[in-house]
Amino acid sequence: MKGWYLEKGPESDVVISSRIRLARNFKDVPFPFKMKREDGKKILMGAKKAILKEGKENSDFEFIDLQQLNPIKKQILVEKHLISPNLAESQFESGLIVSSDEKVSVMINEEDHLRIQCIFPGMQLNSALEICSNIDGVFEESIDFAFDENYGYLTCCPTNIGTGMRASAMLHLPALTMTGYIKNILEACGKLGITVRGLYGENTEALGNMFQISNQVTLGQTEEEILTNINNIAKQVIDQERILRNELHKQNPFRFEDRIYRSLGLLSNSRIMSSEESFRLLSDVRLGVDMGIISNIDIKNLNEILISIQPASLQETFGRPLEPDERDIKRAELIRNRLTGSNS
Amino acid sequence: MLCQKCHKRVANIQFTQVINNNKIVIYLCDQCAKDEGKFSIGSPLSINDFFSGIMGVPYMASVHQQSDLVCNTCNTSYEEFKKTGKIGCADCYKVYGEKLLPLLKRLHGNVQYNGKIPEKIYSQVKVSREISKLKEQLELCIKNEQYEKAATIRDQIKNMEIKKHD
Repeated sequence: MKGWYLEKGPESDVVISSRIRLARNFKDVPFPFKMKREDGKKILMGAKKAILKEGKENSDFEFIDLQQLNPIKKQILVEKHLISPNLAESQFESGLIVSSDEKVSVMINEEDHLRIQCIFPGMQLNSALEICSNIDGVFEESIDFAFDENYGYLTCCPTNIGTGMRASAMLHLPALTMTGYIKNILEACGKLGITVRGLYGENTEALGNMFQISNQVTLGQTEEEILTNINNIAKQVIDQERILRNELHKQNPFRFEDRIYRSLGLLSNSRIMSSEESFRLLSDVRLGVDMGIISNIDIKNLNEILISIQPASLQETFGRPLEPDERDIKRAELIRNRLTGSNS
Repeated sequence: MLCQKCHKRVANIQFTQVINNNKIVIYLCDQCAKDEGKFSIGSPLSINDFFSGIMGVPYMASVHQQSDLVCNTCNTSYEEFKKTGKIGCADCYKVYGEKLLPLLKRLHGNVQYNGKIPEKIYSQVKVSREISKLKEQLELCIKNEQYEKAATIRDQIKNMEIKKHD
């Protein structure tokens, strides 16, 4: 396996990953939902040519024609956050350019012609923006982007106009969720032009206690201002989460540790495991690892499990299509193997 | 104001429905609005309805076919944009022009771009930004009756505009 989740980043006890996405469109071609097939091909060709130049330092990029890809392979890309569910379902000319380490990817003909994306482990929005800007620069050498002096980069949806940038950090917030304080955070962030949403679920019912913090505003502020804003807010949330974790542990260490070890016990021994249950239990184990209660499991290992227990990745690992019931059995098997593997 | 349904919690959602030109406004709390969504509205608001909502168009109102703005490049009309929330191409932004400003203001709180500029047009955009800054200063000078200073700024603007078109 390869990807951002195989490395440990800064603040990794709370922050799972940081992602920057830039939306860009070719100047003289209608946006994807309005363009003709030939236009779609033109965009694919233009994007490919701009990045996959031979002999250049960025030749470690690969182009994937999404129309030629089978549904399971597409779904794996979705589970790894390399493409959006919308792009996976697209019947149109669409493609993906991805770096060999899978940290950088470019979706072609999603809602906008190009969606340049970079994911890093831990809190590293600034480095992710730097990489995205470099890729943006490489595209700009051969492509004229739709840009307006007053509006900035023009996008299909007015919510992205301006910088075209969405910066998001994925946070693991079990203590804030357990204590219910997450509600206050959700409300406060809304007032600051920041969106917080559950990663796999909806609102406060976030599966696995994972939340995504991202900017709402893309016009008016500079890229740096947007990042400063998100970094500051994330820092406060991270601090609160850490304080609460320690407080909860201090209040009743036996109960706290019991919960963590019970979850670990279930994950290490169960024979049937739904994805919902595994997300919940993995959150407990992650908390134990982050707080040094469990010392023989690596956070990278947990990140990898998180990706590989999703339906398409699971079917890829076992090399055949699996019915939902069978998936739960195989999921339990995979988690057991990975966890005991890291114990040895 | 209290919620008009449960009469207990504070109403923080104004729910407007327009059916056959009859406007009904109900004030609800979060909880009742959520319940209401399940029972009487049918499907929850989609992103498109949301868009027509924030642009001041009641989402159930029939579309008026009046003088509509249509983009020549991609054939997307302003009415169509209002329904889908999607802009058809870069030229639409010019065609719809000022009509978009209230929406952008509501979405971003700001309508003047400040971010990164593409390398190729960097100097050109930089000059435009300086010109607009000078224009603001010029207006201020005139307002304060500093006419000499205003004349200098006016000349500066002229020079820069020549530079921009070179």
